[in-house]
Amino acid sequence: MGLSLSINGQIHTVEAEPDTPLLWVLRDELGMTGTKYGCGVAQCGACTVHLDGAAVRSCQTPISAVGAGKITTIEGLEGRHPLQAAWVAHDVPQCGYCQSGQIMSAAALLAQNPKPSDGDIDAAMSGNLCRCGAYQRIHAAILDAASAKTEA
Amino acid sequence: MRLLSDTALAPNPAGGDDLSATRRGFVIGAVMASGALLVGCSPADIMGAGAPKRDFGAFGPFLKFAPDGQITVMNKHQEMGQGNHVGLLAMVAEELDADWSKVGVEASAADAKVYANSLMGIQGTGGSTAIANSWLQYRKVGAAARAMFVQAAAEAWKAPISEIHVKSGVVSHANGKSATFAELLPAAAKIVPPKDPTLKDPKDFTLIGTDRVKRKDSLAKSTGTARYTQDVRLPNMLTAVVAHSPRFGGKLKSFDATAARKVKGVVDVFAIPTGVAVVADGVYAARKGRDALVLTWDDSAAEARSSAELEATYRKIAAGEITPKDDQWTDFASKGEAKDSFEGPDVLHATYDFPYLAHAPMEPMNCVAQVDGSKCKLTYGAQGHSLDQLSAATVVFALPGSIEIETLFAGGSFGRRSSYDSDYVVEAVHVAKHVGGFRPVKLVWTREDDMGGGHYRPMAHHAVSVRVGKDGYPVAWRHRVVVQSFAKGTMLASMMVKKGVDGTTVEGVEGSPYLAATPVVDAKVYTPKSPITTLWWRSVGATHTAPVMEHTVDQLAHRAGIDPVAYRRELYNRAGAKRHLAVLDLATEKAGWGQPLAEGWTRGCAVHESFGSVVANVCEMKLIDGEPKVRRVVVAVDCGVAVTPDQIAAQMEGGACYGLSAALYGKVEIDKGAPVEKNFDSYRVLRHNEAPKVETHILPSANPPSGVGEPGTPVMMASLPNAILAATGKPVSKFPIVSA
Repeated sequence: MGLSLSINGQIHTVEAEPDTPLLWVLRDELGMTGTKYGCGVAQCGACTVHLDGAAVRSCQTPISAVGAGKITTIEGLEGRHPLQAAWVAHDVPQCGYCQSGQIMSAAALLAQNPKPSDGDIDAAMSGNLCRCGAYQRIHAAILDAASAKTEA
Repeated sequence: MRLLSDTALAPNPAGGDDLSATRRGFVIGAVMASGALLVGCSPADIMGAGAPKRDFGAFGPFLKFAPDGQITVMNKHQEMGQGNHVGLLAMVAEELDADWSKVGVEASAADAKVYANSLMGIQGTGGSTAIANSWLQYRKVGAAARAMFVQAAAEAWKAPISEIHVKSGVVSHANGKSATFAELLPAAAKIVPPKDPTLKDPKDFTLIGTDRVKRKDSLAKSTGTARYTQDVRLPNMLTAVVAHSPRFGGKLKSFDATAARKVKGVVDVFAIPTGVAVVADGVYAARKGRDALVLTWDDSAAEARSSAELEATYRKIAAGEITPKDDQWTDFASKGEAKDSFEGPDVLHATYDFPYLAHAPMEPMNCVAQVDGSKCKLTYGAQGHSLDQLSAATVVFALPGSIEIETLFAGGSFGRRSSYDSDYVVEAVHVAKHVGGFRPVKLVWTREDDMGGGHYRPMAHHAVSVRVGKDGYPVAWRHRVVVQSFAKGTMLASMMVKKGVDGTTVEGVEGSPYLAATPVVDAKVYTPKSPITTLWWRSVGATHTAPVMEHTVDQLAHRAGIDPVAYRRELYNRAGAKRHLAVLDLATEKAGWGQPLAEGWTRGCAVHESFGSVVANVCEMKLIDGEPKVRRVVVAVDCGVAVTPDQIAAQMEGGACYGLSAALYGKVEIDKGAPVEKNFDSYRVLRHNEAPKVETHILPSANPPSGVGEPGTPVMMASLPNAILAATGKPVSKFPIVSA
């Protein structure tokens, strides 16, 4: 028994029940704790990961629904994403708890839209809550990372 | 004999204002809970009783040097986002003349005798005091270590101390000799640290006050590697969730765990004082187990009322129509004699209703506990270290200092992680005590547990009547506040309540320059009771007093036909409120106050002092589809010496978002004693697309640092209604401003 999941380029066989949200499999079974629990109802975005490149809320994604889809988590960015450098340059995080999810949402945006407008960023990021209110730095860091990527 | 009040309630030695009621609150719990108005005992003595002997090494409890020269500063405070770690590091590194790239931070142990907040007398983070209370202490840590290295070099080089210089971690002499801290470490460690080292003249600062002071945790927090309570994984660890009473004040009557025990992964189910604990091998199994519980509750002592009923009651109390037996009216800032009634055309009447607010930090409450007999270790985002030690100690029958705490990052708090009753911590200890054997148990609160768990910013009602003179300025001010007190009737009461007034219920009305400028004041507070628990919430009393005072003044200005900023200036001049005047001038100048805006946009202004700092806020607002949209906020802050300017800006940005969120949307509605909003689907909070651009301007100051984490919030809650008044001509009387 066990279900196979492709996470950050590796196949993991997990024992969890098929209805278990991906979030809890990542965190409790696989020990990948960069993806956070914030609400459990897809309202805060702290649990955002990529499923075949698209940003999804892992708290509302049962592992049975993942199939052969390729999952990328914050760990999968390996600290090398231009967004992560921009986050550090702007000292974006305060408490930091939401930032994995923020970065995963932003990374999915930039992958599809390398030069997003302010409105594009607003639309893509409005599902990710930050109670510390780091929004304007998040916004600025995304714009910076986008221009860095374009120049590169 | 030394009473607690001698130490804890003394004026701020760092030179700030008197201790605010909020700061006092932290101390009080400690003392009262320990029954400790004890002769000869300081609160730190009590809270630290039973602490293990600690070996701190040559540089004392706050500083460690690795052989390679890497420097670690111990942070006695909780880093929950406010950036205190980098401020504390900057103070040490500045005086030490260290290489900024080689300075790091670690959370200290919990030990009140060593790591007390000097403004509280016990260890804890709150009241925006982390930098203020450490200002001299942490600088002296750096200065003492620097003196040790200088002396070591002087002895080695046989040179006078006055000829030794230190820069960026390198000690040198004019004759060309030089050595790094690492090279001098063995010799320096043998030197007795000076007790009262000389501190730098602030004009010689090269780090404090500069943008070189960047956070040290940004990378970890941008890569998912920063460790929060939620992320703790220990061998053999269990996860617990607890079923709580749906109504505030309800008690468990009975439960049937048959189905819960059958859930795969559930290990045990048992009752604890706050409900029924389900212990499992992971969060999902524990939650499934809890869902399968059959529970009956005894609501005989529970709150049965709803928000509308509570609000109506508060209004009737304020209007003098009823006086329940909960409390009696108490004067708090009255002066002069109110000869005339507050009726007639020269009187402004304004009322305000404020709802319960959840703190809703991104990381819901949680705590990892291990208990074996009276041995107890806690691993979590501790904020009220000493209070939590005391609370845990009462559960396991130990001395407070023996409770070991490993402090992790907190995923936000805004006041929630430190409470007078240590609610979630005590719950974790009860569960771990039942499990026993020092087996780690992670208590996890779901978002619903967290938002439904009370400890809210209390519901409040203000009724204000102001008689104005011929010039349009106040001559008599009547103020009635109805708000729950989290001090009265609890263990906090005997020290936090002065002359019948819990200071946190009125701070901001009390001390207002507007009242100072008014000859006659008749101010009273009434504190109703409810099983709904309340707590300090980012800026505490100011969350309602700032909007009330600022919006009332704006209404007075509008009535008088005077520009609201000019009106404030006159009142500040009358009151001698120079700091208010200075931030008002700075913010309005930078915001372009009085200059035209595009169609539909208006400005609102507010100024408020809290936690020793004065902040002015000017916002630009437009009503779009009936909802206020704020696009630009200009903040001017006087917080004494700006230790970390970019982090001050971050707190002003975040404080504005937090205040805007609450003013626009924040509300926990009570339905027959039970909270309605328990997750972000119904508890609306500010989102990315709704966030304003915040510009921060820091007033140059030579005063010691004062608070920054909280004071940016209340002014935002106050400038917004003023912008709405400017747009519509109609005052705001009910929060949140956007309903449904």
